[in-house]
Formats: sequence, structure tokens, C-alpha cells
Amino acid sequence: MITFILRRLLMLVPVLVGLTVIMFAIARLLPGDPVGLAAGPNATAAERAALAAEFGLDRPVWEQYGTYVAGLVQGDFGTSLLTRRPVAADLAAYLPATLELVLAAMLLAVGLGIPLGLLTALWRNRWPDYLSQVLAIGAISMPRFFLGLLLQLCFAMWLNWLPLAGRLPIIVFPPDPITGFITIDAALTGQWDVLRTALLHLLMPALALSLSPLATIMRMMRSSTIEVMGQDYVMTARALGLPRHLILTRTIARNAVSATLTVIGLYFGWLLGGTVLVETVFDWPGLGLYATKAILSQDMMPVIGVALVIGLLFVFANLLIDLAYGLINPKVRYS
Amino acid sequence: MTDAVSVPPRPDRLARALFRFRQSRLSVIGAVMVAVVLLLAVFGPMIAPYPQDIAGAVSTAERFQPPSLAHPLGTNELGQDVLSLTLGGTRVSVLAGFGVVLIGAAIGTLVGAVAGYVGGWTDEALMRLTDLTLTIPGLILAMAIAAALGPGFQNMVLAISLSWWPGYARLVRGEVLAAREEVYVTAARALGAGPGRILFRHVLPNCVSPIIVKMSLDMGFAILTVAGLGFIGIGVRPPTPEWGTLLSTSRAYMPDYWWTAMGPGLAMFIAVFGFNLLGDGLRDSLDPKGRR
Repeated sequence: MITFILRRLLMLVPVLVGLTVIMFAIARLLPGDPVGLAAGPNATAAERAALAAEFGLDRPVWEQYGTYVAGLVQGDFGTSLLTRRPVAADLAAYLPATLELVLAAMLLAVGLGIPLGLLTALWRNRWPDYLSQVLAIGAISMPRFFLGLLLQLCFAMWLNWLPLAGRLPIIVFPPDPITGFITIDAALTGQWDVLRTALLHLLMPALALSLSPLATIMRMMRSSTIEVMGQDYVMTARALGLPRHLILTRTIARNAVSATLTVIGLYFGWLLGGTVLVETVFDWPGLGLYATKAILSQDMMPVIGVALVIGLLFVFANLLIDLAYGLINPKVRYS
Repeated sequence: MTDAVSVPPRPDRLARALFRFRQSRLSVIGAVMVAVVLLLAVFGPMIAPYPQDIAGAVSTAERFQPPSLAHPLGTNELGQDVLSLTLGGTRVSVLAGFGVVLIGAAIGTLVGAVAGYVGGWTDEALMRLTDLTLTIPGLILAMAIAAALGPGFQNMVLAISLSWWPGYARLVRGEVLAAREEVYVTAARALGAGPGRILFRHVLPNCVSPIIVKMSLDMGFAILTVAGLGFIGIGVRPPTPEWGTLLSTSRAYMPDYWWTAMGPGLAMFIAVFGFNLLGDGLRDSLDPKGRR
């Protein structure tokens, strides 16, 4: 098992190299004038040249790439052209917010999607099943940012039940970072009011983000359940006279979930990138908002950093999914 | 398969697909919705009640009028009719969506076909590139390319297309690998056909229906991505009406002038919903293997 994990981790190296090459190519080879944008409209040619020289942007592309990779090995993600802050520090500050949001959305999607998928499979070809199909297609068709806006309008502005945006109000001190997740940190330090406030802030963005994976997981779970229900071992279990609830939970659900897991892994990566729009709507201080601000000013170092971090997390998530797959289904263990 | 044998004469494939498609009420609804959206994309600016607003006319006296008979969806901060702007935006979104899906599918098909047919090192290199591109979140990649290329309709479509091809490359490679082993390919080779002729005349035509199914399923997401870029502030510039940009502008005027968001938001939802229903139906009827 350890060699399996090590081998998978070793595969990260070419992925990282490839990611840096692609992102560097975009950043440096496409027309665009990051220096001009960072220096401002009134900068003289000399000022611009000085800025370019300071950030090494006057060097050949391969030399810039070499410098970047040399820094990366030491954990240095470069410096933002616009804010002059080290990108690594920014990433460390924004990553937990995004992870907290994505994990909350994933929890909602998996927690609701799997039981709903099982149910619709049991009601196959009756009206709740058809209704769920229409609703699922509707859910994946809903633009996340429009849904976010509607939620804000309804629950924050009209009903005043939930906070409009952000992770915490300015007047509330966040708990000392242990994990960086405000909800978990607040719970660990016993600050229950903060936990409650943080959860209320998390609810709408997580909901807006989770709707489309929820629908997909539900449909996946439905079809894999239907497939499993037709298998011989289910018939055997039924013939042996096992109680219905045991067949459902032990035999059917367990096998159906393992087929759905792969989708969950893919969705995790998709969600990490998909937070951009939701973070913009809810002013959620995460990687997506950070990348958006950087992209709008063509400040490429933060963008490359975000792409690298998300790429890494994506590979990690799929590794975890493969391990979970082995736990649920012994047949495929570590092959 | 067995029932096809027992019912001679066998109806041809297209007719059967059409039959299966018509059996599903949802796909027919989707097809009708898509037809309406396409008609509006062509004729929208002509039937808009205030066509001058689409061109960018401003009438400050009419600012922020709530929905009424004269302005069914109200007016925005420039006094423009939201319904007219929404109708005008249909063309931009549909054209951009088509552009993205067509260019993405063309690049992906080419990459996948070459990888699958040539094999060896070419295959390895192209598929690693595909996997890598898939690792970068599509929206962030598209945003980065679009920002570097600068604003404008063509740049936006190109940027999204460049993040859109990997799915097609994987799909087509798989199909080509399977089709390559078919007897008719061996027959063509025995008759002396070159690799180009075999690939484009024999192999690819047999991979068309999964590609079309994927294109129709992708159309909705392409429209969503275009609107997403507009929402963030990359892409088409005003006064050209674009749903995402319109929605992003309206955010500043919530909750008092909520109607400014409804036109573009609902239009996006309806268009994408239609394309997704249609895509789902096409998948079930053209590609029963892919049925989930």
C-alpha cells in the first residue's frame, strides 16, 4: 500500500512540471502588457523598464522559467507584480477559505445526492423519478452566479435571515488559525457564537456551489443502483431471504457507491476551479477571487500559483478517492 | 440487437434514432426550447421593443422603471429596456457557444484522431498534454488566456475553446482506437488506402455520433462559461449586450432594482436548460451505449 501511494505521489512531479510549462507559456507568450498595467498609465518608459528588470521580465522566457522553477523547489511561488507580496504567503492565506467552501459544498452534494439517488432508483420510472430527472437537468443548467444572486436577494436582502457575503463580519475576530477553517477552528477553541456565525456565512455559497454536483451525483447514484439491482448477487441475497433493508444498505448501496466515487473525485477538482464565480458573488476571500483579481490585471505569478495548487489538490483528491475505492471494494485494492 | 433480427426489414439507423428521440417527451421539449432560442438569436434584435437600446441608446429619464406594460422586464440604470437587452444578448451567447463547441471539438478531434491512429510516442505525448490541460480548471485557464489576449468577442471564444478541447481528444482517441481494429479498416488498407484516407473517410465518420452527442451536451456549458467570463468582467465589452455582463452590472443595484437581474439570468437558465434537455435526449437516442 505504501509503495502504491509513493508511486502515485511520484507521478506528481511530471504533472507539476507540465503545469508550470503550460501556465508559463500562456503568461509569457501571449500578447499582453502586465508591466504597463502594474506600472500605471502615467509611468514613463524608464519606470516601466525598471519594473520589468526588477521582476526579471526583460530576460528570455526560458531564463525566467528556470528562475521560477528554482524558486518553486524552495517553496517560493514568485512575487505578485501588482501587490509585491510573495505569492506563497497569499496562497497559504486564501487556500483554507476555498477548501472550506468546497468541502462544505461536497458534503452537501454527497450527503444529499447519494440517498436521493438511491431513492429515485427505487422509484424508477414512476413520477418522482421523472420529476427528479427534470430537476437534475434544471440544477446543472442553473448558472451558479445567478443562483447565488437569487439566494442573496431572497435570504439576505428581503428576508434578512442570512448574512449577505464574506466569511465573517468585520466586527467578529476569527479564531486563531489551527486548520485555517473558521468553522473547525471555532469548534476546536469552543467559540460557539463564532462557529454559528461562520456556518451561517458558509450556507449560501456552499448551497450555490453544491447544486450541480448534487444533481450529477444523484443521477450517477441512480443509474449505478439500477445496474447493481440487476446483478446476480442481489438476487442471491434476496433468494437467501435477507431482510430488505440489509440488502439495500449492505449489498446494493455499497456497490453502487463505489461506482459513484470516481465522479466525486472528478467533481472535487472541478469544484476547486468552479468556486471562482461563487467566490465573486459572495465576496468569499478564497483562491478564486484571488486569481480573478490577478487575471484582470494580468499579474501572472498568482495565477500560475493558483493553477499549481489546484492541480496538486486535484491529483491528491483522486489519490484519496482511489484509496477509498479500495476500502469499499476489496476486488480493486491497490492493483 | 436480437429484436432487430426478428423484425425485418430493419429500419435504417437515423429513422430509429428519430423514433427513440420522439419517444422522450423531455427531449422534444428541449428541441422546441432550443429552436426558440435559435430563432431569437437570429430575429431577437428585430422583434425587440426598443431596438435602439441594443445599440447602446441611453435615456436617463427612464431609469430603473419597474416591470410594466411598456417595459415587461423593467429598465436598467441607463434607462434601457431589459427585455430588449436580453433579446439582443441571445445572439452573442448562442454564437459564442457555437464557436467554442465547434473550435473545441475540431481541435480535440484532430488531437484525439492523430493520437489514436498514429499511436506510439505521438499518442503518449498528446495524451499527456490532454491530461495536463484537464488538471487546470477550465474556467481559470480560459480566464488567463482571455485576459492575456485582451477583450473582444473573438478572443473570448478562442480562449474558452483552448480550454475546451481535451474532453473531445479523449473521446475521439477511444473511438478511433476501437474503430481502427474493424474489418472495414483492414479492407481499406488491403485496397491500398493511405493513412489519411483511412482516418478521414473510414474511421472518423464512424465516430461522428458520440462527437455530436458531446457537442450538444456541451453547448449549454459553453453558454454558461461565456456568461461566467462576462460576469467576471472578461469578454465582450458594453454596449454589446451580453447576459453575464448585464447580470454583473445589475448586482450593484440589488435589492431595490432586482428586475434588472431577472431578464439576463432567466434567459441564461432557459437557454442552457433547453440545450441540456436536447443533449440528454440526443445521447439517449443516438448513443444508447452512453445511456446512464
